Amino acid sequence: MTNLLSRLFGRSKKGSGATAKDRLRFVLQHDRINLPPERMEEMKREILAVIVKYLVVDQDRVEIDLEQRDRTHSKLTAEIPVAIHTPASANKAVESTVAAADSAGANGANNGANADAEKDDTVDEVDKAEAPDAAEDAKADKRGNGESEADRKS
Amino acid sequence: MGGKVVTISSGKGGVGKTTATANLGISLASLGKKVVVIDADIGLRNLDVIMGLENRIVYDLVDIVEGRSKLRQAMIKHKKFDDLFLIPAAQTRDKMAVSPDDMVKLTNELREDFDYVLIDSPAGIERGFRNALEPADEVLIVTNPEVSAVRDADRIIGLIEAADKGPGKLIINRLKADMVKKGEMLSSEDVFDILGLTIIGIIPEDELVLSASNSGVPVTLNMQSKAGMAFNNVARRVIGEDVPFMNLDENLGIFQRLVGLLNGR
Repeated sequence: MTNLLSRLFGRSKKGSGATAKDRLRFVLQHDRINLPPERMEEMKREILAVIVKYLVVDQDRVEIDLEQRDRTHSKLTAEIPVAIHTPASANKAVESTVAAADSAGANGANNGANADAEKDDTVDEVDKAEAPDAAEDAKADKRGNGESEADRKS
Repeated sequence: MGGKVVTISSGKGGVGKTTATANLGISLASLGKKVVVIDADIGLRNLDVIMGLENRIVYDLVDIVEGRSKLRQAMIKHKKFDDLFLIPAAQTRDKMAVSPDDMVKLTNELREDFDYVLIDSPAGIERGFRNALEPADEVLIVTNPEVSAVRDADRIIGLIEAADKGPGKLIINRLKADMVKKGEMLSSEDVFDILGLTIIGIIPEDELVLSASNSGVPVTLNMQSKAGMAFNNVARRVIGEDVPFMNLDENLGIFQRLVGLLNGR
């Protein structure tokens, strides 16, 4: 009856049965991997914090989700849009799944000039500043590591 | 190996394990099978009253395990079926009085003379559940179309699989077809989507189940009862018959069915 009424009045109210199903899905997802929702959020923040150290990430479009086919198969998937560094458009975000290695590879192959520029950067040109801030930070970190390694060798 | 040990479990209490066990026992017996039902809920004995056998108890499961009673002495024959017996739980002890090994030994003895040994598992996931699970060849999981019952079912399904007793089959108890139609209750399809287990029974909500437990005459013995018919169908599926699921909409009024029709169902 409520169904008919809601149809007549053009309302499509979701029944509590559907709510029950959604809530169950959510609860079971966490039960099955034994990781409560809050801890999951904490983990996502940590993962992202690590990636941001190396890449420029479009944080608003990050999606890290737990996919569950059934009780025994859970998969963590992440879609993390990463900014591709080109001389023309330094901060253009490009769709790419988390596979950071893939996106870096494509970057190198497609933009030979850029790759050269990066090489120069890493060698010794300390003050060359055409990269966006976060990327610059990451490189600075890399250089820091390089120097300390060099120190240890000598 | 002889007979088959079927454990009826649920995780959550109050979803209808004992009712299901009693009715399956009766149905299997009425199908000509030799059946023992064991109440494994030590300390909270109940299967006896559901089956109407409470005044015949002399010995119990713990008496057998501790050697005070011979197996046959403690088995109570059903009033109506000569090949249906109950082994009651002890009422004054706790679950630690019996071990999973005790249950394996006991059921192995019973397998020789019976076609089916049904074990009514206690609620929870501790010792009592382990006792009921250890000897099982097959596990039936009873749940209600309701968030907490399904959640607990999922938990024990995981434990059953971890113990290599899986995958188990599902009995969805107390389904209200009219509420499902209105979208106000999880449907059997929803429960299947979530738990992913084969459904062996869908039991409609039926007031006659309470009347049956009031009088100690399980509802399968009542030909008028839809729940009774549904339990009987479960028993037939247990013995391997291919029984189609009942149409649970039949008891809806003509008006509701008209509404269903208008809604394109």
